[in-house]
Amino acid sequence: MGGEHPPTSTGLNNTKVAIWAFIGSECFFFASLISTYLIYRGRSPVGPFPHDAWTDPATGHVFKAILNIPVTSVSTFVLLMSSLAMVLAHSAVVRGDRRSSKIWLASTAILGATFLGFQAYEFTSFVHEGLTIHTNLFGSSFFILTGFHGAHVTAGVIWLLTLLFIDIKRGFSPDEAINVDVCALYWHFVDVVWIAIFTLVYLIK
Amino acid sequence: MAADHSHATLSHDAEGNVSPPEHTHPDWGTYKWVALILTVLTAMEVWIYYIPSFTKTYLFVPTLLILSAVKFTIVVMFYMHLKYDAKLFRALFVGPLTLAAFTLVGLLFLFGHLKISF
Amino acid sequence: MATTVSLPATPHREPSHRYESGVWSWLATTDHKRIGQLYLYTSLFWFLVGGIEAGIIRTQLYGPNQHLVSAQTYNELFTMHGTTMIFLVVMPLSAAFFNFLIPLQIGARDVAFPRLNAFSYWIFLFGGLFINFSWFLHAAPNGGWFGYAPLTTRPFSPGLNIDFWVLGLQILGISSLAAGFNFITTIINMRAPGMHFMRMPIFSWMAFITQFMIVLAFPIFTVALTFLMLDRFFGTNFYEIQAGADPLLWQHLFWLFGHPEVYILILPAFGLVSEVLPVFSRKPLFGYPVMVYSGILIAFLGFGVWAHHMFAVGMGPIADSFFSITTMLIAIPTGVKIFNWLGTMWGGSLRFTTAMKFAIALVALFTIGGISGVMHSSPPSDLQQTDSYFIVAHFHYVLFGGSLMGLFAGLYFYYPKITGRLMNEKLGSWHFWLTAIGMNLTFFPMHFLGLDGMPRRISSYDAGQGWENNNHLASYGAALIIIGTVFFVYNWFASMRKGAVAGNDPWGGATLEWAIPSPPPDYNFATIPQVTSRYPLWDRKSPQITSEVPHGTRDEQKMEVKIAGQSTGTAPAPADTRLNAPNAHPSAKQLGINMPTPTIRPLLAAFFLGCVFVGLIAHRNLTIMFIAAGLFVLSLYSWLLTPLEPEHH
Repeated sequence: MGGEHPPTSTGLNNTKVAIWAFIGSECFFFASLISTYLIYRGRSPVGPFPHDAWTDPATGHVFKAILNIPVTSVSTFVLLMSSLAMVLAHSAVVRGDRRSSKIWLASTAILGATFLGFQAYEFTSFVHEGLTIHTNLFGSSFFILTGFHGAHVTAGVIWLLTLLFIDIKRGFSPDEAINVDVCALYWHFVDVVWIAIFTLVYLIK
Repeated sequence: MAADHSHATLSHDAEGNVSPPEHTHPDWGTYKWVALILTVLTAMEVWIYYIPSFTKTYLFVPTLLILSAVKFTIVVMFYMHLKYDAKLFRALFVGPLTLAAFTLVGLLFLFGHLKISF
Repeated sequence: MATTVSLPATPHREPSHRYESGVWSWLATTDHKRIGQLYLYTSLFWFLVGGIEAGIIRTQLYGPNQHLVSAQTYNELFTMHGTTMIFLVVMPLSAAFFNFLIPLQIGARDVAFPRLNAFSYWIFLFGGLFINFSWFLHAAPNGGWFGYAPLTTRPFSPGLNIDFWVLGLQILGISSLAAGFNFITTIINMRAPGMHFMRMPIFSWMAFITQFMIVLAFPIFTVALTFLMLDRFFGTNFYEIQAGADPLLWQHLFWLFGHPEVYILILPAFGLVSEVLPVFSRKPLFGYPVMVYSGILIAFLGFGVWAHHMFAVGMGPIADSFFSITTMLIAIPTGVKIFNWLGTMWGGSLRFTTAMKFAIALVALFTIGGISGVMHSSPPSDLQQTDSYFIVAHFHYVLFGGSLMGLFAGLYFYYPKITGRLMNEKLGSWHFWLTAIGMNLTFFPMHFLGLDGMPRRISSYDAGQGWENNNHLASYGAALIIIGTVFFVYNWFASMRKGAVAGNDPWGGATLEWAIPSPPPDYNFATIPQVTSRYPLWDRKSPQITSEVPHGTRDEQKMEVKIAGQSTGTAPAPADTRLNAPNAHPSAKQLGINMPTPTIRPLLAAFFLGCVFVGLIAHRNLTIMFIAAGLFVLSLYSWLLTPLEPEHH
């Protein structure tokens, strides 16, 4: 935008204030989802269960513990690395390093998409093992919690690709680093939500 | 838009939230270390998950929670640069986060997942 | 500012003439004052609809065993009465004031994100139309405004009724959240030079606090509604008791939102009254900082009292005691506000205009509602009152006697600023007395009905239980309110043509909005004012008001002196011509002020987003949903990639 805007009362950028307010609001959004998951832990009368095997009394079919910790650990690592790529992209734009900014923006988007790929693999394999959103409370609360997180990652990837497109088309000047900064704040927030989910959902038995 | 910043006069507000210059972000060296620490902490989390003798103790859950809280804080402080940014942003984030955390704990009490014993 | 990804290279078309007047000028507007008026008229329309619903309810309950409407329709009526009055009347009427007043009070030309502001309004409009469209399908929501699950899950509510409710409220939630982020940013960042937080007009303060409550409480409701939506449309188990779900989950999530919502409804009215009382008492607001802090404390405690709505479900002694204590605590900051209003009026030279009468009515009637509220903060007492008419009496005293009285005070007070003309005081007086008497006649007897054991939400009752007389009174009262409303509506439209011309400052106001013409020009302030105190106009026009009465802590007075000293040195006080500016004011172009370009993109984005929900309710029509979602994303990109203002490169 043009530079003729009057300075703001705090000297802070409007969009940045708004994104922080939005992140504050998102804290409550994810707190509600995580609360529900935790409240419903161990309340399902029927399996499959996250950490324990379960035998269906009607059919005798044995369902193994559903969560795949090694795969999710890798996808968690991928998401953490995407945050690193994101800060490097922002730092490149601030320095005016056009080449690096494109590389790191693209890397962030690719790592984000990789995380989504892992999630797609996880969801389909769970469905094959007999867990859907209909199956039990665990299925409903697990898929909706991680699904909403995945939706946030998806929105972030689209945002990053838009920034990448603009960066390729005309490049960001250091003055416009705020555009990348705001996206980065969102992206890191989605990452910290995953840090909480990984511990509370996957690791705590 | 960021051009506004360089021309912005200092803060008029009561809290004295004078915005720091945009370029006080940490550099590549810091980011690298942060990434390394996050990786190590994640590895530790997964590692203790696979120690059956430890997962049965009362220390398992608190250890995981602390590790995850440390990771959370590091990302927020360095990658979201709250450590370096205006105090106002800290208030906008930490206030709701604290309230949300209290709500979560409150709900767990109400649904009997945490017990108070006198 | 909403352009996160702006492309200065994009060629820009000059705004065409069709955006300057007529219907297009409203559809494409990004002007906060026009958007405020859109909110105002839309919510007044829903006020009449909600009032008709209430009228039918009171006719049905006038005497025993009456069957004007069936029990099924009765359920729909009380559900839609509550939903309408809360989400389509009190919240958007407050939003009308947020929109119209916040930029004027803080000395800004517009909100931080003008197009997001337009989007908020349009999505609110679609939400209101969506939820009320159900009437035409004979499927109006029928599960109460609180929509308790599992009652509202598919097995127990198979029809479209609850679908409309769930999706309609989701749409309205988007509107409130978008507006919340916008106003938070506006108040933090758009204040005029010198207007630090403790100089901000008290209405803007209460609005600021309210926005935080909105952005923190609504996500919880969004999640609760999403669970219900998924249960109903996609067969998840969140509220399925057979699958092991907890029947209290909805109640906890709902009231976690619902109690902050109560303060979301009342704080803006408190803010308006805190503007009206000082002006008509010719005294600064008594204890301004305490008013601010008590507002913050109410908001904070408001998140820790939710389960007092649920004493009857049996949460155990620890939870009961905790929520009982926090509920009693919240009466303290609320009481502080009451006493500060009394302190403001004490010794003032009072002028009993209609606005003042409504403001005083809030102080009196809200106190009654507050006291009955403290009564049910005690669990044993609450158990006697739960689900009886005593509760109905209580929340109508706080919502009608509180919120609506405050909003009416605001409407009479700001009508001249909005329209440029004064409302007729005589008709206003009729409106006030009919409403005030009618309101008490309707709701006071309900206390006795409740104590006599009349349950809420019953569509008819048998004779001989001693409920007839009080129900007669309540219905007569409702008739008085309706007659009063007719006076109001007539007065509103007649004054627009025949009312006395108001001028900039008809009441002798103290804050910035009274320094500019009525109605204000699109750019609000020809020059952005330099603020040196809490009551800039009184300092200039009637300094005796602000000099004689101490207002503020010693520190603050010190700060004022210092900053006032600075400003005389560095920035000259704004030219006094602004105060006496004639109504024919120069255009933004003549003054060289860059205003946002009108655009219908927010309207399109809101419309397509609404269509996604239409697709969901139309038997999960995925084709409609995907096309609408795609068009929504397209219109969003088109919006974000267009610069806010004409470029000057």
